[in-house]
Amino acid sequence: MENKMKRRNILKGLALLSSMALIPVRMFADMQAAFKTVTPEAALTELFGNLPMEQSDAVTLKIPDIAENGAVVPVTIFTDIEGVESISIIIDQNPNPLSASFTIGNEVFADVSTRVKMGKSSRVRAIVQTADKIYTTSREVKVTIGGCGG
Amino acid sequence: MNRREFLDLLGKASLSASLSGCTNLRDFSYRAPVFGQARLLHITDTHAQLLPIHFREPNVNLGIGDAYGKSPHRVGRNLLDNLQNPSARDAHAYTYLDFTEAALQFGKVGGFAHLQTLINDLRGEVGGNALLLDGGDTWQGSATALWTKGQDMVHACNLLGVDVMTGHWEFTYQDAHILENTKRFKGEFVAQNVKATEEALFEGTHVFDENAGHIFPPYTIKTLNGKRIAIIGQAFPYTPIANPQRFIPDWTFGIQEQDLSDIVREIRANKSPDAVVLLSHNGMDVDLKLANRVAGIDFILGGHTHDGVPQPVIVKNSGGKTVVTNAGSNGKFVGVLDIEFGNSGISDFRYRLLPVFANLIRADPTMQAHIDLVRAPYLDRLNEPLAIAGSLLYRRGNFNGTFDQLICNALTQELDAQISLSPGFRWGTSVLPGQTITMERVMDQTAITYPQTYTTEMSGDQIKFILESVSDNLFAPDPYYQQGGDMVRVGGLRFSCTPNAVMGKRINDLTLPNGSPVSASSSYKVAGWATVGAISTGPDVADVVANYLRNQKVVNITSFNEPVLKGVKSNPGIADYKAQLL
Repeated sequence: MENKMKRRNILKGLALLSSMALIPVRMFADMQAAFKTVTPEAALTELFGNLPMEQSDAVTLKIPDIAENGAVVPVTIFTDIEGVESISIIIDQNPNPLSASFTIGNEVFADVSTRVKMGKSSRVRAIVQTADKIYTTSREVKVTIGGCGG
Repeated sequence: MNRREFLDLLGKASLSASLSGCTNLRDFSYRAPVFGQARLLHITDTHAQLLPIHFREPNVNLGIGDAYGKSPHRVGRNLLDNLQNPSARDAHAYTYLDFTEAALQFGKVGGFAHLQTLINDLRGEVGGNALLLDGGDTWQGSATALWTKGQDMVHACNLLGVDVMTGHWEFTYQDAHILENTKRFKGEFVAQNVKATEEALFEGTHVFDENAGHIFPPYTIKTLNGKRIAIIGQAFPYTPIANPQRFIPDWTFGIQEQDLSDIVREIRANKSPDAVVLLSHNGMDVDLKLANRVAGIDFILGGHTHDGVPQPVIVKNSGGKTVVTNAGSNGKFVGVLDIEFGNSGISDFRYRLLPVFANLIRADPTMQAHIDLVRAPYLDRLNEPLAIAGSLLYRRGNFNGTFDQLICNALTQELDAQISLSPGFRWGTSVLPGQTITMERVMDQTAITYPQTYTTEMSGDQIKFILESVSDNLFAPDPYYQQGGDMVRVGGLRFSCTPNAVMGKRINDLTLPNGSPVSASSSYKVAGWATVGAISTGPDVADVVANYLRNQKVVNITSFNEPVLKGVKSNPGIADYKAQLL
């Protein structure tokens, strides 16, 4: 019981923490440019320059296969990779593919959750940055009209 | 007893039934030698059909991608070809073949009073070492279920002795009411994939477990003959997409494969189960993929896609193998899974999908009394004769059913529209030629909590977008992106469909009935019903259809609108298709 923090309290704690622990990677100028890019490739270049990228099973991306509401799609990314500096979310088909980027400090678990907006079905990429490499995994997320359930 | 002997017996029983005029279960046996130590009985997708009905299985149930030609995507003779010496009675239970003649010969199927007698008997022959599992879509689908908000069915399930259930259409009543129904339900309602949204948790919404956010217990463990059977619930993952989210604004669903895997591991590690069962409303294609990806589940007892699958499918995975079943719909079948345990867990099993032929089984008087009681206040409405069916009316099939054609015709005529759209639900009973179409039969197709119709102007582009989106819900090669319904039914519009094409390329050649092409930018007046987003403001669809029927004596479906299909000619999931196959 002693260590069992209720989910609700964790959430409340998180709400307080979020403003402190997770600060956008590079402030203002660079980030603004990255968020304004219109292709996933351009966003990656703006954010990470020429850092080598590899697909990794060590990055977990939790996101629905079919969005219940495209306007608020819950997404969680976590990893046990050492030395994580940032975690970013790229939605290929969005007009501006870079949806979010979180700085991960030394004392912070590399585990972030947020909501993203999706206009249509798209590949969603989780990008984990360390000092010398970026790791990525992706999922297809379908945004569809409803109806016609069996 | 092998299958052939069983079928022979069925044949004899039908003979004795017709000779004696009335047969109770003691004169006829659905029995097989008792096998193993634990019996799981499985019903699913009965859609609140308390009384025996007719239900025609599809002649179009295409398997796309890896599902090509595999169970459950085989229809008619292609399905029977996989069985040993199927009888005529077998053919009637599992297929659409000679439907009207066979329905007249073998009578109605299902009915809760008949299910009760059969289930009591199946429980009795194993000395009570049986559990009754219900895969959901039980508290919706009939007029009385809608009008009593599912309570007629909750009580029926309590009488039937359902031990464990999960759900889908159960979630189309308002959330507070759903919780009331599950409270009245004497069995356990389980669902590992229904959770409070984080926002709702924050606001302190009702949950079963605040740490995990589950609304209902994710699983339960039952002991049969000293064997511990873990039963995990898997509700329909896409309920808030396929049905209105507004009824369940605080709940979130999804397949939740990782959570399921974690639960299986936790049960295996800490609860010493002898068997792990997933009671699933995923639909069979999703279950087959899931079985391949999540290890540690012994049996997936499935529903949702209404596939009456006589032989289970065995799926290999990293933990060994998982047996996947699907038990049809509308009370037509009871799945019987007998499990044998050896020194190191499950050693063998037997599975039978028993068709419930109402005239072979005595109606249980207690259940019948309940059914009569709940129907009594509504009998005048239920029995109102609207018209005579000039030809067979049925719904099930990937692209259209004659009853849906009737609904589309009613929508265009009564609401003065050019084009009509009607959802591809898989429930809905069949009416034989010459039978009266009563209000009850209309409600069998339309009894939902969002029945309002609409008329609206749509561009050709918007119409194509709808058809493309729904066809992707049906034909996406990855089952996790399917929703398990059939294609939207269309009146006043012709098109072609290429199921194997990619999203956006399947629907082509849109034309009006006079042959002129549908223009992407022109506007058309479209009528429809069952909107999942905003609430529509037109009259309820059942009233629209009833008005249409009252104005004619005999209804004949003279023009049956099915798309031209491309690239599926040799698919074992299609037969006796009336439109063009290219």
